[in-house]
Amino acid sequence: MNIAINASNLSKHFGNIVAVDNINFSVHRGECFGLLGPNGAGKSSTIRMITCSSPLTSGQLIVHGLNVNNEQRSIKSHIGIVPQNDNLDPDLPVKQNLEVYARYYGLNKQLIRRRVEEQLEIFELSDRANSPIHSLSGGMRRRLLIARALLHNPSILILDEPTVGLDPQARHIVWQQLRQLTKNGVTQVLTTHYMDEAEQLCDRIIVINHGKILAKAKPQELIQQYVGNNVLEIQNFSNGIELLKRSLDFTIEYEIFGDKTNIYASDDNLLTISAKIKISNKSNLRKANLEDVFLRLTGRRLVE
Amino acid sequence: MNLILSRPNISISSLYVWQRHRDVFFKIWKTESLGIGLEPWIVILAMGFGLGQFVTLDSGEKYVQFLAPGLMAMFPMFAAIFECGWGAFMRISMHGTYEAILNTPASIEDITTGDILWGTTRATLNATYILIVLLILNHWTDAVNSPYAIGIVFVAILQGFLFSSIAIAFAALARAMSHFGYLFNIIVMPMFWLSGGFFPINELPEWAQNIAWFLPLIHSVELNRALLNGNLTLNMIGDFFWLAIVAIAFYAIALVLMRRRLIV
Repeated sequence: MNIAINASNLSKHFGNIVAVDNINFSVHRGECFGLLGPNGAGKSSTIRMITCSSPLTSGQLIVHGLNVNNEQRSIKSHIGIVPQNDNLDPDLPVKQNLEVYARYYGLNKQLIRRRVEEQLEIFELSDRANSPIHSLSGGMRRRLLIARALLHNPSILILDEPTVGLDPQARHIVWQQLRQLTKNGVTQVLTTHYMDEAEQLCDRIIVINHGKILAKAKPQELIQQYVGNNVLEIQNFSNGIELLKRSLDFTIEYEIFGDKTNIYASDDNLLTISAKIKISNKSNLRKANLEDVFLRLTGRRLVE
Repeated sequence: MNLILSRPNISISSLYVWQRHRDVFFKIWKTESLGIGLEPWIVILAMGFGLGQFVTLDSGEKYVQFLAPGLMAMFPMFAAIFECGWGAFMRISMHGTYEAILNTPASIEDITTGDILWGTTRATLNATYILIVLLILNHWTDAVNSPYAIGIVFVAILQGFLFSSIAIAFAALARAMSHFGYLFNIIVMPMFWLSGGFFPINELPEWAQNIAWFLPLIHSVELNRALLNGNLTLNMIGDFFWLAIVAIAFYAIALVLMRRRLIV
């Protein structure tokens, strides 16, 4: 069984709104799979269908070899979920949050005690075992949420925006722990709109927008395919672009984001252009990243 | 629609949900119990002995004797309604507790049932405690006159389940905390005053009496009254069945409304 999750012709409608539009993808065992897209793209709806909390409108979804339509209890016992919103139990301190949660999986007392100690240790929360939840920092809460999702040793971990709202240091700690999980063979599915996060963690990603899959590949492949090696970023250049195009003997692709213009071309051509740009325009030749892919694919229109 | 009408999916997980509430209760009972513990003493002293001085009943009994069965119906009702009304609403809408539990093998029905069982537990503890207080004060109150009084615990279980189900059905409908004003003012308070717990309702206009008999609380008061006095009658069967029917109906309604609320 090399496929952890398989979605075929998966759709989710809310009344007339199509949140997920007939998508197909599969997640391999042991990989970290990223779902990227702007707000309202259909990421969370897809996640909610995988976690059995939202029924499918149509299509088929198999998780851990089981159909989400009729084996929900079984599926939920094999997956761990790190939600986007902090839903730790505010009425219980750290350790008891984990103990009570582990009990929902029907684990016996001894095993619960052992797993809770282990998770507190791994996520560096042992010294906060008796603290009330409201006294924890954002990073600690996030770690506790991940620890909680792993209590029953799930084979698939689902993370919905795992580092949203965290400071850079806390993000790096979370990333490090997620990479460790990948080493331990835990399949991960994560949604994010931090492109550096996707580049850091994901083996493969899909980019979705308006409920449809726009691209599906490894992060580096996507960058190569949609952007190339490098990008030339120029400030306040939107009026100069026509002039520049006429002066070149090759064609270029570009996009204008407010006061910033991004030019995409081969490395040699970018150097040629770079030489033509006035210093006052503040140009910057930099490595292409996943964010460029994302912006090219999903458009720069603000999505709410 | 199919989802709403499908067969309820209940398992051992409802016990785990109940255990969660119990654990939270053990965490907070020290701070809460002083208030809860004092309440019946104050009410029995103030209403029973204070107000009681000015009240003469046709039956010739002391007012505190008349009041006792009502207290053991009304306070447990409040306990159940607070726990499964406000409490459940916060767990659904504000703390995400339900969402978190739903990510485990527990189903919506398990969570609803666990909550109702906990509300039932709180109501039962409450009624039992008032019974103990009355026994302690029995030398002055003469409220407990029969060993059948122990049956009040079972009445409390039945009505605890009933009022918990009503409250949780309402929590599933409520979209804001302020909506609980409707539950309180349109359902709970009229039932409270028409329960025959504070004053006999046979002096009320006939339409009011008809409404009162339709409401469940009066039937727990009647059952408690019969049990305290050891005065068992066939009417009790009717009281029991009415409570049971309403309880089952609202449990079913609660399950449906919770599914409707939580499945998107």
